[in-house]
Amino acid sequence: MSGSTLTKDKPAPTPRTGTANPFVAITQNLRESGIYIAFVVVVVLFAILTDGLSLSPGNITNIVLQYSYVLVLAIGMLIVIVAGHIDLSVGSVVALTGAVSAQLVIGSSQPWWVGVLAALGVGLVIGAWQGFWVAVVGIPAFIVTLAGMLLFRGLTFFVLNNVSLSPFPQQYGKIATGFSNGLIGGNGYDAFTLLIAVLAVVAFAVSQVRTRIVKIRYQQVVDAMPLFVLKIVAVAAVVMAFAWQLANSRGLPYVLVILAVLILTYSMVMKSSVFGRQVYAIGGNLAAAQLSGVNVRRVNFWIFVNMGFLAAVAGVIFSSRSNGAQPSAGNSFELDAIAAAFIGGAAVTGGVGKIQGAMIGGLLVGVISNGMQLLGVDQSLQSVIKGLVLLLAVAFDVFNKRRSGVR
Amino acid sequence: MTENTRATGAENILEMRSITKTFPGVKALSEVSLSVRRGEVHAICGENGAGKSTLMKVLSGVYPHGTYEGEIHFDGKLSTFSGIVDSEKAGIAIIHQELALVPYLSVAENLFLGNEIKGRGGLIDWNRTNGEASKLLARVGLAENPTTPIGQLGVGKQQLVEIAKALSKDVKLLILDEPTAALNDNDSAHLLDLLRQLREEGMTSIMISHKLNEIEAISDAVTIIRDGQTIETLDMRADAVTEDRIIRGMVGRDLDSRYPERESRPGEEILRIEDWTVGHASQDRLVVDHASLNVRAGEVVGIAGLMGAGRTELAMSVFGRSYGRYLGGRLYLHGKPVQARSVREAIKVGLAYATEDRKKFGLNLIDDIKRNVSAAALGKLATGGFVDANEEIKVAEDSKRSMNIKAPTVSALTGKLSGGNQQKVVLSKWIFSDPEVLILDEPTRGIDVGAKYEIYTIINRLVAAGKAVIVISSELPELLGICDRIYTLSAGRITGQLPIEQASQESLMVLMTKGGGLTTEPDPHPTTPSGDDLPPSGDDLTPQERTA
Repeated sequence: MSGSTLTKDKPAPTPRTGTANPFVAITQNLRESGIYIAFVVVVVLFAILTDGLSLSPGNITNIVLQYSYVLVLAIGMLIVIVAGHIDLSVGSVVALTGAVSAQLVIGSSQPWWVGVLAALGVGLVIGAWQGFWVAVVGIPAFIVTLAGMLLFRGLTFFVLNNVSLSPFPQQYGKIATGFSNGLIGGNGYDAFTLLIAVLAVVAFAVSQVRTRIVKIRYQQVVDAMPLFVLKIVAVAAVVMAFAWQLANSRGLPYVLVILAVLILTYSMVMKSSVFGRQVYAIGGNLAAAQLSGVNVRRVNFWIFVNMGFLAAVAGVIFSSRSNGAQPSAGNSFELDAIAAAFIGGAAVTGGVGKIQGAMIGGLLVGVISNGMQLLGVDQSLQSVIKGLVLLLAVAFDVFNKRRSGVR
Repeated sequence: MTENTRATGAENILEMRSITKTFPGVKALSEVSLSVRRGEVHAICGENGAGKSTLMKVLSGVYPHGTYEGEIHFDGKLSTFSGIVDSEKAGIAIIHQELALVPYLSVAENLFLGNEIKGRGGLIDWNRTNGEASKLLARVGLAENPTTPIGQLGVGKQQLVEIAKALSKDVKLLILDEPTAALNDNDSAHLLDLLRQLREEGMTSIMISHKLNEIEAISDAVTIIRDGQTIETLDMRADAVTEDRIIRGMVGRDLDSRYPERESRPGEEILRIEDWTVGHASQDRLVVDHASLNVRAGEVVGIAGLMGAGRTELAMSVFGRSYGRYLGGRLYLHGKPVQARSVREAIKVGLAYATEDRKKFGLNLIDDIKRNVSAAALGKLATGGFVDANEEIKVAEDSKRSMNIKAPTVSALTGKLSGGNQQKVVLSKWIFSDPEVLILDEPTRGIDVGAKYEIYTIINRLVAAGKAVIVISSELPELLGICDRIYTLSAGRITGQLPIEQASQESLMVLMTKGGGLTTEPDPHPTTPSGDDLPPSGDDLTPQERTA
């Protein structure tokens, strides 16, 4: 350990900086950055294999629309997994909330927002139900949600009388397939999308600079200036390139806005809210968390309520996208969400995992699936490859842990 | 420095010569030599991290031949073990601190695990298995039924089963790593008796231990290792070796005092417990019976008691009823009655409890120092439900400095720290929660002499700042060294309190055994409590207390 050199570091007036070499910075923490490297490699690989088709405006828009609900589920699933639980019922909850919404909006001709609110309400009730069994009664989440998977699937059939319902009125469909386009015009591209992207980049840069200033005030180690600038420039470049492609296609999808808000909110909750920290504490060492005054029951309860809520959001998006509700909707979505969390670095034993990791994990699977579809790879082979990716990602994680000697 | 004057030659069953083992960046062992005579009990002691375990791993082939420098001669032959299988074949058996037993399998199944006695057709011959098992058990003085699931035996008996397992493999050298660390006094005595008996039968044993009184009682020779080097080998028979002599070798300096000086100046009473009564978590009996005690500002109060007396149970129950069933009793802070029905409430009224098992109940080992330090008082760092990460780092860095936590940064994982540093993180956590009363349960268990001294210094600092400290400890000298006043607990009842001037090991022991403390009904079936009000996995009893 280089402990002696660091502890000798007396608080200095100049900012203490880490390495300026980006390569070193990346490899220093392979475990954290491995997934990002893998993601970039996969994106480049498919861009080459498809002659750039995979990065075309239309396709990028497609990926966002197609995998948004898995990403929403993965947010909730990551929290569940960090706390040391699992939720097998989310696929069925997606189906049930979509069915309730469809029954109201299509069956009873209610306005679209009644359907949305009802779906979210059902999601919260389901979450409370499962939270009750897990947190208060103390039944393992695996069992509770396995039961939920059957239970809510059955209720879906019941709500839909075993038949599909469609189509939704136009407004409802816009949730998942709508775009903000042409609000402020643009010459062949949507200027509004670009404006939003610029605002996002500026907001990111400002928050980074402010964080850096505060960190220096607290005499913490910060990235060296060149690396810091490089990081912001890189993020800005990726965001702007992405926005440019969207703007050249159909504009800014509403669902991307929903997703961005959810990711930002939950990242913050998990990173720095007391609740988020208690989730990590419970997953890391349940007994120690209890003896430190964490109300484990309450935290576990709200974790599942939240999962129910996000499953309902996914249910609305999915029903909107598929323009109807089917009894078999959302089959195996739970597995996609779980895979996203684990590929993104969540620990099987709980206590470790990040929202951003789960998002990249979900996108990685999305990009691979999408790329293989573009290449016309057989459906069966796609499944094989997805399975191997999951296995290798977790194997990589296990290998890294063993190498660093933790656990 | 090295006074290895003992005769070498044929009578030595083991000769390790100039063993050097390096890991990337660290020299774990440097020219270590160890010679063990046939038929002796040879103790190895040294501070945590001195290299004892590494040396034993070299010996047993965990680090295969070729990954270290130096020579090992065992039983007259040059040993080139390439794995633990080779060393076992040669007759070396290691019994680790963490027992390698399968709790749901029977004693016999565990004894012959991986070495099953097969009958016709390759199926297990259960009659012979159980018969052989009984014979092996008898050899280590156990009269258990070989078909009993091993999880139902106490830790002490499990330890003996492990030894029996080693004996079944025709072992010539038995290595025991901290064999009594998890045992109560009775079981420890029993184990030492067994070692004596095996010695009479001609067995050679190496014992790694922190318990100097045991080393003094049983070993024929002791080798002291410090910083990866052999310091000396003392002949326990020839030289008049005292505990202080061994400590001097271990720490490399004379500990004028093992306990830092402190001026006792108790102030007003802070905490008073009256008639505290607690029922066992799953059985219909009392573990704490109308216990009353108090502690004043600036005072260190000890609680002495034998294993099973209910010390941890009392402390945990007071701390937000974290143990068992609360059946009655009152808490007063500054003379005012208070409620502490949950850990949260307990922290709020100003209590803190640092557990005796820091790995299981004290720390989140996969998280870093700063988050462990803030865990019990996260609210202090939060505004609007969000934690100020910068303040958190500052708090942790302050703790790291004032507690002398040895780690590269506060972002280091607590799981990688040594026992002493982990304990300092636990103490930091509770000090940050800014309690008025700290209950420290075995605060120096399993940490080395130097770190112990630091912990005592921290305790002194706390009482100097006007806090009240309650220390629970199994080591009477420790209580005598740091307390102002000592309560004795026996069978759940407070049997006396002695001001430090009147307390001695003898006087305490008399009170600790009063009222049948020694004959307390043991708990042979550790239960796993469920629900949120209890930490999981048999915590209602410490490992020691689970033993018969």
